[in-house]
Amino acid sequence: MVTVALSDADLRRRAWSAAAQVVDPEIPVLTIADLGVLRDVAVHDGHVEVAITPTYSGCPAMNMIALEIELALEREGIHKPKVRTVLSPAWTTDWMSEDGRRKLKEYGIAPPLPGSSRRALFGELAVACPQCGSVDTELLSEFGSTSCKALWRCKSCREPFDYFKCH
Amino acid sequence: MATANIEVSETPLVLYALRRADDALILGHRLSEWCGHAPAMEEDMALANMGLDLLGQARELYTYAAKVEGRGNDEDKFAYLRDVRQYRNLLLLEQPNGDFARTMVRQFFYAAFADLYWRAMMASSDPTLAAIAAKSEKESAYHVRHSSEWIVRLGDGTEESHRRAQGAIDDLWAYTGEMFAVDDSERGLIDAGIAIDPATLKSRWLKTVTGIINEATLSLPKSDWMQQGGRSGSHSEHLGHLLSELQSMQRTFPGATW
Repeated sequence: MVTVALSDADLRRRAWSAAAQVVDPEIPVLTIADLGVLRDVAVHDGHVEVAITPTYSGCPAMNMIALEIELALEREGIHKPKVRTVLSPAWTTDWMSEDGRRKLKEYGIAPPLPGSSRRALFGELAVACPQCGSVDTELLSEFGSTSCKALWRCKSCREPFDYFKCH
Repeated sequence: MATANIEVSETPLVLYALRRADDALILGHRLSEWCGHAPAMEEDMALANMGLDLLGQARELYTYAAKVEGRGNDEDKFAYLRDVRQYRNLLLLEQPNGDFARTMVRQFFYAAFADLYWRAMMASSDPTLAAIAAKSEKESAYHVRHSSEWIVRLGDGTEESHRRAQGAIDDLWAYTGEMFAVDDSERGLIDAGIAIDPATLKSRWLKTVTGIINEATLSLPKSDWMQQGGRSGSHSEHLGHLLSELQSMQRTFPGATW
């Protein structure tokens, strides 16, 4: 394999775009860039270090995401990258991109309402059904198939759906 | 079963992180025992989800304790290679699940505290602890709401559910005082702005708890005698049984990985 010497800036750009394409294993329409999980890519003496931040403390997808980042960078010819977890500042659903919110909805998951304050956490929610758009919906369970989701039902079209919780 | 226990240098900050990590791990493990046994599918998922939140908090706190200690210990060694007397969790959290009412009362007493505690800890002068607090606070907010709803439903439900919920409150009440206790090791951290004094949260905790208990037509015991010991390693007989299950793999096959 031929290795071409790259400037740190080029290396960082390539590493970022490779890492940014890694998807969440539980919600494969979202990349870690859409989610706001990808925080930083740094280059020190030709070595790449990627910083990610966990969504929920116990999210089991984080280990998988870290592994996928390493693989994506290796495939780009960037060897032995490091993946570091940063806790501060703490991730919130406000970091999810507009593009990410749209993709979630198309996938059938209601995107988090903007605003991750405690009011949004516990306020009067009007979660729109991702299937028919009706806001005549009800909460079935605050805890869904993954840490980040709650289970809702649409009273108009009767479809149950996942809601990405505000956090 | 010949794996040696690790030794831990319990400087105040290491001890502080281990105590909170042990709280989260032990309660998280108790909740995981419900997996596949909860009264309804939604509840099974809720309990497993909350257990997972707590496990995540435990991992972050153990990892931080290991970093501060700097003696080559890590999250796995802290969890798997310490014996009962080395565990520092609250006695409340190791109490057996019992029936669903008992699990919910234990959860409610603790979540109502953890919610206030982590919110206050977001102002810690220690950036790692403040960051862990910022995540834990949001998670605890869900836990307290979930358990509050169940307390009301059980207390104001049938004669049977009321009787069981009241019995659990009467039995577990004596373990709640330990949440607000502070020893010399922690006092120094409080004075330095690294930790907050849990005693300052007690009146707000009592207000939340009393409000829900009243709404549930239940009552709190009159006794204010409180059992303590978990923070210094004097545990009830239940923790050993819990650890024998939690640690069985590493104790039987030391160093096993996959």
